[in-house]
Amino acid sequence: MTIFGVPTQALFGQLLIGLINGAFYALLSLGLSVIFGLLNIINFAHGAQYMMGAFVAYFALQWTGLGYWPSLLLAPVVVGLFGIVLERTMLKRLYQLDHLYGLLLTFGVALVVQGVFRNQFGSSGLPYTAPAQLTGGYNLGFMFLPTYRAWVVVFSLVVCFATWYVIERTKLGAYLRAATENPTLVQAFGINVPRMITLTYGFGVALAALAGVLAAPIYQVNPLMGADLIIVVFAVVVIGGLGSIMGSIVTGFGLGVIEGFTKVFYPEASNTVIFVIMALVLLVRPAGLFGRAT
Amino acid sequence: MSTLTAPGTSARPVAVEISGTTPIHQIVAFGAMVTLLVLAPFVVYPVFLMKALCFALFACAFNLLVGYVGLLSFGHAAFLGCAGYASAHAAKVWGFAPESAIVFGTLVAAALGVVIGALTIRSRGIYFANITLAFAQMIFFFSLQAKFTGGEDGIQAVPRGTMFGVLDLRQTYTMYFVVLVVFLLGFLVVYRSIHSPFGQVLKAIRENEPRATSLGYQAERYKLIAFVLSATLAGTAGATKALVFQLASLTDVHWTMSGEVVLMTLLGGMGTVFGPVVGAFLVISLEHYLAQIGSWLTIVQGTIFIVCVLTFRRGVIGELGRLLKKPL
Repeated sequence: MTIFGVPTQALFGQLLIGLINGAFYALLSLGLSVIFGLLNIINFAHGAQYMMGAFVAYFALQWTGLGYWPSLLLAPVVVGLFGIVLERTMLKRLYQLDHLYGLLLTFGVALVVQGVFRNQFGSSGLPYTAPAQLTGGYNLGFMFLPTYRAWVVVFSLVVCFATWYVIERTKLGAYLRAATENPTLVQAFGINVPRMITLTYGFGVALAALAGVLAAPIYQVNPLMGADLIIVVFAVVVIGGLGSIMGSIVTGFGLGVIEGFTKVFYPEASNTVIFVIMALVLLVRPAGLFGRAT
Repeated sequence: MSTLTAPGTSARPVAVEISGTTPIHQIVAFGAMVTLLVLAPFVVYPVFLMKALCFALFACAFNLLVGYVGLLSFGHAAFLGCAGYASAHAAKVWGFAPESAIVFGTLVAAALGVVIGALTIRSRGIYFANITLAFAQMIFFFSLQAKFTGGEDGIQAVPRGTMFGVLDLRQTYTMYFVVLVVFLLGFLVVYRSIHSPFGQVLKAIRENEPRATSLGYQAERYKLIAFVLSATLAGTAGATKALVFQLASLTDVHWTMSGEVVLMTLLGGMGTVFGPVVGAFLVISLEHYLAQIGSWLTIVQGTIFIVCVLTFRRGVIGELGRLLKKPL
């Protein structure tokens, strides 16, 4: 069976790969958006923190025998704490300055972290196997669906929408949104805004680490796994609109799928399609699809 | 609203700057720089110096944008790399003379600057950084896949040729002095732009864009001209570099190169005249001496970034200028 001259097998295969990539784009750009919303900085270390998440899972397995499931909780906590220390010791000194200094600082952090890991582990990938419950797959008739990949898509969707729910529909999220609008006023109402900023940064970083653990069985654990990915995610964030939660989720998955289909119909453009879309979106809507004024 | 230039320098002016007169200490500093650069190749390895000069011009071009318009581009490697490919291709495949190859590379970068500038100039701050980075990455993938760039191999064995029919660039010292002249011309273009009515408008836009607009200046047009000028000079640096090393490769279009020029400018001093030159020489020396220990280089670079941002935002020349109470 073929659609537009392409076998359905290949089409659905690429659709699945697109959804997987989209899941990572969504998780990473969601973390970036949460951080940007409150701190007004672009966290350039996000790719490095994603990589750290994968490495925490790897270390946990190698040193203590802790498997995938505990790592899914452990890695975000450990890397999130790293983020909190980073925010308390360095980032908080920069809030009075131009926000670009935050970008430069986190860029430096990314270089150091990636350099240290590359020194220790080289540039080749370290294998990490998926847990036994998630190996194998289902034959859906028109395509073969590996269980682990289905799990990644479903789980990241759940995490994304849980985050959206907390921010848009709960009291905690209301404080967060209020502090995004006017931190001084929120602080005057007795909310500890500096602590909220610290925890928000930690949470955004934890999301990156979670994506890292999810990626480990698919892409292997590699010191540079986040270095190039993060630039694509920056483009995704620009398309969705910086700081928009729903924008990150929708454009993350959407662009993953578009990229997947581009691989089928016009493979040469698959690396650049997201950047082309970004240029087009900027022409029509400079603030991004879901963003408010720049 | 804080700006990206050295905090404090604009708040308390140390010397009144009047367009049209060049302060004597800057003439002295320029003379010292030229003297050092003329004598240097007889003491230091000339190829190393040529590399540093190309990057110094690249950093000066970048500084024009970040230091005087307050726009941080994280995609300047696109202009350096594209001009390199264009000049290498022109010299090798089309048999252009070196001067035409450099001019052609520069024009390609200028054209690319017009396109990217027109699309990005409306955004500011972090948005601008992000969007320029994404465009540069697009150029990177294009360079990776296009036929004429040679993909992973790049364009190798580019002939240096004979400039104006008389200067044999295969002679290392001839090549060096050609590079020096190109660098000095670029440096003076930047200097002249900054210290002109045009430069004053740019600074006004940096300090307070709505005010500049209300005074009747079309801020976007000024910013676009500055962006294209910066891209053009970055292109001159890239085109010259391709001839010096007889190579145009993916390294020059990769985003790490964009990061490196930010580092050079930050370390030397954003918004200072001589800072980018000093920064470029420092970073290139660092790379030269740390080359043996491989991935330590990125750790050292990252650490410099962190230290500069946290404690040393004026950079080497910015701090020096503050101590001497004279803007350098």
